[in-house]
Amino acid sequence: MMAAIGDRERHVWDILESVPDPEIPVLSVVDLGIVRHVRWVTGSNGQSKLHVGITPTYSGCPATEVIRHSIATALDQEGYVDTTLEEVLAPAWSSDWLTEAGRRKLESFGIAPPERSVANPRHLFGVPAVACPRCGSRATERVSEFGSTPCKAHYRCTSCLEPFDYFKCI
Amino acid sequence: MSTATESTSDPVREARLRYLLRLGDTSLVLGQRLAEWVGHSPALEEDLGLANLSLDLVGQARLLLSYAAEVEGKGRDEDALAFLRDAPAFVNLTLAEQPNGDFGRTIVRQCLLDAWQLEVYEGLLNSSDTRLASIAGKAIKETRYHLRFSSGWLVRLGDGTEESHRRVQDALNELWRFTTELFAADEVDEALVAAGVAPELAALQGRWSARIDEVLKEAALVRPAAVPYQWHGKRGVHTEHLGHMLAEMQHLQRTYPGAQW
Repeated sequence: MMAAIGDRERHVWDILESVPDPEIPVLSVVDLGIVRHVRWVTGSNGQSKLHVGITPTYSGCPATEVIRHSIATALDQEGYVDTTLEEVLAPAWSSDWLTEAGRRKLESFGIAPPERSVANPRHLFGVPAVACPRCGSRATERVSEFGSTPCKAHYRCTSCLEPFDYFKCI
Repeated sequence: MSTATESTSDPVREARLRYLLRLGDTSLVLGQRLAEWVGHSPALEEDLGLANLSLDLVGQARLLLSYAAEVEGKGRDEDALAFLRDAPAFVNLTLAEQPNGDFGRTIVRQCLLDAWQLEVYEGLLNSSDTRLASIAGKAIKETRYHLRFSSGWLVRLGDGTEESHRRVQDALNELWRFTTELFAADEVDEALVAAGVAPELAALQGRWSARIDEVLKEAALVRPAAVPYQWHGKRGVHTEHLGHMLAEMQHLQRTYPGAQW
């Protein structure tokens, strides 16, 4: 019985792994760590209903609405027509939740993954040394704290001169 | 009868609503002010930076105002609160509505308010109101970035050229009179402190003050003298600037009620 429940949750997770982030399409919503739970909840009518918990990366991130819509559509297409999408605020999303696969995808896409981890005191003081996703040099400098989306900062490599995005550590 | 039920279920309901509106309106108004910079900033990076700050603040406002709308329980949502209230119904801090002026003045206003929000959100992390605590937990991470941006620029401008120094010192002298309101507690604050919902403003003032002094010192700026408290944005009494700002912000929803993307 437990295995059966695990299987149907696994199926939903598999579907969600095919839903891309609208701003960084190499990442799925699962890679980003914004899907917090997948579970069936039995309602007062005795019917079991799928609940998926999503957390925003940044409170004002405009992609959040698109992501909700993409998730609902993907699940709908697979026959999960009556899914409840729940917004989960606590604990607040952290770039530490990015999966290993997600980090590798980011790097091959040309975006430096966040220096781990948030708990590292280095991040409380000053700027972390970010490795250039093109040449790997750590001789990089921050151009701007804020980049093309809320989750990214703008960097430049002083070795190979590549300008690149850095996925911020938050 | 229904009032009696409400008061037993949440004895500080009115104060809670007021408090959420104050926090939400302050974020919204400040976010809208920063959005006015989009396409006009001194450099592309700063344009993106201010737009990012604006986005975070509007996002925080949305979380706070949708919660306020639920507490109010009159069928309004966060959009109705943002776009269909008149200036006297807004209860943001007066400092947030002050016009942008030049980039330096915007940075001064931002730094003063970022440092304030940081203390307030920090205090709210332990709120007995778990929903408010979770909003604060989200917002505080963003606010740390905001303060790093604004204090970094304040130092560069204050300790920059003669011209940049003069401009930010002038802005500081002009805006400082609005900072007393940041820590002026009234019956709303007192009721929520007693209920364990909100942190005591007086307790936050020392830390805010120390943080600001540190930045001002590094920026070679002089802290202006305190003046008697006489602005009451958080009680709905605003400077003339808010009405003009709202006229632009609310224009679309007022002209085409219910319009959606």
